[in-house]
Amino acid sequence: MAERTIKVEIKRQHDPDGTAVVERFEIPYRPNMNVISVLMEIAARPVTVDGKETTPVTYESNCLEEICGSCSMRINGRARMACSALVDNLEQPLRLEPLSKFPVVRDLQVDRSVLFENLKRVQAWVPIDGSYDLGAGPRITPQAQEESYPLSNCISCCCCMEVCPQFNVATGFVGAATIAQVKLFNDHPTGKVLKEERLHALMGDGGIQDCSYAQNCVKACPKELPLAQAISDVGRQVMVQAVKDIFTT
Amino acid sequence: MASTPKIIVIGGGLAGLSAVMKIAEAGGKVDLFSIVPVKRSHSVCAQGGINAAKNLKGEGDTTWQHFDDTVYGGDFLGNQTPIKGMCEAAPAIIDLLDRMGVPFNRTPEGLLDFRRFGGTLYHRTAFAGATTGQQLLYALDEQVRRYESEGKVQKYEGWEFLSAVLDSKGVCRGICAMNLRTMEVRTFAADAIILATGGNGAIFGKSTNSVVCTGSAQAAVYQQGVCYANGEFIQVHPTCIPGEDKLRLMSESARGEGGRVWVPKAAGDKRAANSIPASERWYFLEEWYPKYGNLVPRDVATRAIHKVVYEHGLGIDGQPMVYLDLTHIDRATLDRKLEGILEIYEKFVGDDPREVPMKIFPGMHYTMGGLWVDADQMTNIPGIFAAGEAEYQYHGANRLGANSLLSCIYGGFVAGPKAMQYGKNLQAAEGDGGHTAELKRQEEINQRLLSSNGAENPFKIWRELGDVMTKNATVIRYNKNLQAADGQIQRLLERYRNINLSDKSMWANTSFAFTRQLLNMLHLARVIVQGAERRDESRGAHYKPDFPDRNDEKFLKTTKAFFATDTNGPRFEYEAVDTQFIPPRPRRYDAVK
Ligand SMILES: Cc1cc2nc3c(=O)[nH]c(=O)nc-3n(C[C@H](O)[C@H](O)[C@H](O)COP(=O)(O)OP(=O)(O)OC[C@H]3O[C@@H](n4cnc5c(N)ncnc54)[C@H](O)[C@@H]3O)c2cc1C
Ligand code: SF4
Ligand code: SF4
Ligand code: FES
Repeated sequence: MAERTIKVEIKRQHDPDGTAVVERFEIPYRPNMNVISVLMEIAARPVTVDGKETTPVTYESNCLEEICGSCSMRINGRARMACSALVDNLEQPLRLEPLSKFPVVRDLQVDRSVLFENLKRVQAWVPIDGSYDLGAGPRITPQAQEESYPLSNCISCCCCMEVCPQFNVATGFVGAATIAQVKLFNDHPTGKVLKEERLHALMGDGGIQDCSYAQNCVKACPKELPLAQAISDVGRQVMVQAVKDIFTT
Repeated sequence: MASTPKIIVIGGGLAGLSAVMKIAEAGGKVDLFSIVPVKRSHSVCAQGGINAAKNLKGEGDTTWQHFDDTVYGGDFLGNQTPIKGMCEAAPAIIDLLDRMGVPFNRTPEGLLDFRRFGGTLYHRTAFAGATTGQQLLYALDEQVRRYESEGKVQKYEGWEFLSAVLDSKGVCRGICAMNLRTMEVRTFAADAIILATGGNGAIFGKSTNSVVCTGSAQAAVYQQGVCYANGEFIQVHPTCIPGEDKLRLMSESARGEGGRVWVPKAAGDKRAANSIPASERWYFLEEWYPKYGNLVPRDVATRAIHKVVYEHGLGIDGQPMVYLDLTHIDRATLDRKLEGILEIYEKFVGDDPREVPMKIFPGMHYTMGGLWVDADQMTNIPGIFAAGEAEYQYHGANRLGANSLLSCIYGGFVAGPKAMQYGKNLQAAEGDGGHTAELKRQEEINQRLLSSNGAENPFKIWRELGDVMTKNATVIRYNKNLQAADGQIQRLLERYRNINLSDKSMWANTSFAFTRQLLNMLHLARVIVQGAERRDESRGAHYKPDFPDRNDEKFLKTTKAFFATDTNGPRFEYEAVDTQFIPPRPRRYDAVK
């Protein structure tokens, strides 16, 4: 009997302006492989199924345990993390493609810096007075911690943005991840001092009113952030702020 | 000279970000270089927690006790003055992290909760769920982003540090770096640089470390004259989940929360774990170390597991694995305290550890050794500082759990201001400070690689290196094998000259960058195996059956490796250890210390 193999089709593009081509590979099967180990195997022997020598595939990865957010890509059409995608659970041929809503750098690597820019825009931080010793932080109930902790688990993978019908270059909509961070920092006893600024940053073009509440983001998030709750809470905060703004201006 | 010194920080893990924060706060100008976007640094992987003797559990814990545990846990190889400074600073660091919004777990009264970790009898470890490193890194990342938006920090993410720029007097004047998209090589001027580039797990092939933890930056400056200290001290973590691409850590917190390690008493017992009655299980750690039980330090647990598997032949189903069992703890507690790490197991293995005992085995985890630094975190080359896992100074021969995150932040907090101070007093460089020459040297290396037409695949050489290192330089070490390993590494270095770069394009060429790192890994690997060979004793994580005891008379010394250009390999010196506060005593976890 022929050796068991894994069949893979990878959408490759040499640079941002290049044309995309699909390359096919077939590599020896081992139990318990994830998509990253498939890509590593190809790097050690970059030869297509037709015997053509090619180059190792460019992709991002670092932690390999779904905590750094590097390795998002489309796997069999679905945006997800390559390191936690187990081959044994996937249909073959595996189809690997870059995320479609972000500019391709090369092969499976895309440019997701827009999310980090958005985090700046909404001032996603606690504005402490300084790093010198100012004593203990505010007391926080275990209940409050249990509410904020999941929001703080966002790995900036951008899967939620990839699947969002509102997120594209044209709308400038910030996407679910940024909205969740607004909730996280608005809820923090010290962080909330910037609440107004954050909400204003979400008003207008690309702000939260663009969200159609389709909740694709909720299903796509690998860290299971409570995005629906965050979007509706922050949506309410923005509305309240808008009303306040009318009476104060 | 410069009233506002320009500092370059390389690495955006906890250590790098801590340094950046301090420099920006003090009004310095700082450029931050990192291979990965800093928020994706390896520090996010830390699960268990961070130590500080806050004594919030009425146990009478003190910073002195923390200091003593750290020195003792490190088998007295750590210089005591810096360790003492770190332990004393720890409570205020936790407060700061708390103020920055780290969602630490809480007590009902709203105070920080603390758990127990290996190598101590106190509840000293603050934690945020099971993703403490991620939470700490994000808090620092957010503060640095704030400074970035104020124009005080300039980030160069996607740039790889290649080397330091040294002037004619051997003083550091900046760095040479490569843009990982355009592959452009450039030098950047600085009055001081701080290397915070993490550990070197990749030298061992598979480890618990992240992909970019190659030690390449450290190895690059080592080849430029920076001393590398205690390279032979590598921590193997007792509880890893074997995987195809990496070894995933099962955090010590699983044992901290009551996890028990056992094997079936009968060799080759084929029954499912849950159907083996308690009387037929051997809880060997509890039996051998009644006081610490499952919470003995890592090196002790690692060797015990090794022994049970290889000497007693009791690995699960004959495989090199033992059980780590949490199934006696109720679900709600497990979910509240350990959800993150249990999810990792579930996700990557497919079994639910709340129902089925986990299968684990030791794996390469932490780099105790690193760039030699002084009390100011400066290396032997003026202007090159180091902090975090990349340097050697806080953990001696063995690191205690939850002490690394602390040492990273503390080291960064020291390095940042000290680098500023150094920069303020620095005299101007002669000529161009060595920039043109260094740029040329690096461009020539790239040209040589691009024009090489050999037959060796870099990823294959890397796999072989990993096998050699894991086999000969981890849990148990024999001089004969270490010598053979060094020979094998030298042959890999020869084969490297015949490398085949299957991708020669100059755009986002990740295998090109990797091939450059590989050479550095090979050089650092020799420091590790030769350092181990020379140390004829057993201390902390370094264990030689032929020399089973610690030998303070000969080896209570820091190993210092220098790159010798004549032999193209390491040359060794030894330096006395600062033991002024706590006189060395035998390290035993089977009895009260
Ligand atoms: C799975 C796991 C769990 C752990 N759990 C704990 C724990 O519970 N408690 C604890 O105290 N410790 C723990 N540790 C150890 C701890 O996480 C690390 O020691 C620590 O995070 C290292 O931080 P760092 O800042 O030194 O480096 P890292 O976080 O590794 O960051 C290194 C940085 O350097 C950059 N870099 C590297 N090379 C270059 C280059 N050539 N050019 C430019 N940039 C470069 C990288 O991009 C990155 O930004 C754990 C480690 C692992 C592997
Ligand atoms: S609910 Fe829909 S529109 Fe709103 S952020 Fe999520 S995916 Fe986008
Ligand atoms: S919210 Fe979820 S899907 Fe979106 S970036 Fe964060 S972790 Fe990824
Ligand atoms: S490699 Fe870090 S999330 Fe996949």
